[in-house]
Amino acid sequence: MNATIDPSSRYYVKNHHPKNGSLLGFWIYLMSDCLIFACLFATYAVIGRNYAGGPTGAEIFDLNLVALNTAFLLLSSITYGVAMIGSQSRNLKKTMRWLAITGLLGFAFLLVELYEFWHFFSIGATPQRSGFLTAFFALVGTHGLHVLFGIVWLLVLLFQLKKHGLIVENRRRLFCLSMFWHFLDVIWIGVFSFVYLMGVLP
Amino acid sequence: MSASQNQHEVHDHDEENDEFQVNIRDYLIGFLLAVFLTVIPFTLVMGNVIQDSVTTAMVILSLGAVQMVVHMVYFLHMNSKSQGGWIMLAFVFTLIIVVITLVGSIWVMHHLNSNMMPSMNHEVIESIQQLK
Repeated sequence: MNATIDPSSRYYVKNHHPKNGSLLGFWIYLMSDCLIFACLFATYAVIGRNYAGGPTGAEIFDLNLVALNTAFLLLSSITYGVAMIGSQSRNLKKTMRWLAITGLLGFAFLLVELYEFWHFFSIGATPQRSGFLTAFFALVGTHGLHVLFGIVWLLVLLFQLKKHGLIVENRRRLFCLSMFWHFLDVIWIGVFSFVYLMGVLP
Repeated sequence: MSASQNQHEVHDHDEENDEFQVNIRDYLIGFLLAVFLTVIPFTLVMGNVIQDSVTTAMVILSLGAVQMVVHMVYFLHMNSKSQGGWIMLAFVFTLIIVVITLVGSIWVMHHLNSNMMPSMNHEVIESIQQLK
């Protein structure tokens, strides 16, 4: 029986695998990513107040930009939700449209973050300036890189959706990317609470 | 053969349906709660509502923790049953490691700092140099 099935149907052989093991596998990847961020948060907690005579958080953070960025990420969470709903009702157009909107919101987030970094660099607040800035750029930069890779993945998924439609593999990919995207949002909660909001407190 | 394969495929789709199931209600509740939990700390800090920094910091951190749980439950669809409970188990394990990493680092480095501080002090260094 198995020998006659062509290789592309390997996903249909269910007996040997737990149901959708990839969801659990991807979750475990996310948990390991969580540990990376835990280390970066710990670093920031330890040296985040070592200003070495340089600028402090209260001096350089612009909370308006942070609020804007938080709004972008929060909105992208709900737009991704709409894309998921679209995939559930097998509406390819709706899925792709809302996925694209999610990607644009992520891109807007990145642009604002890059502007913020560029501004810091232009006033001499570079990672080399103080322990605080080293920890800051390591933590926020790593999060930004994750968002960048999330957008790359999202673009690839858009092509896959366009080519193959809402096949079960694509729906699995969509679900995994949704976990990745929402996970980044969870990390961002930690960043804006712990780094930005607490950083500007007197 | 092809007929049986098709049947297999159809059956498979039905099976997968249950696994990727999400509903709009979850997303809406999660989004409203998230907005609520985001706006409060930003207002507290930007509007200087509470004078005491420590109190504000505590409120920010608690609201942040609550918001993380909200995102986990409503956006990441976490519950004790998904994937036969393994999702929750992996998460609890990670949580323990994260707490050890954070609390451990802060605790150890704080002690190190307070033990090292006197010798790092400028006046002490100068007075030691004068003694030589």
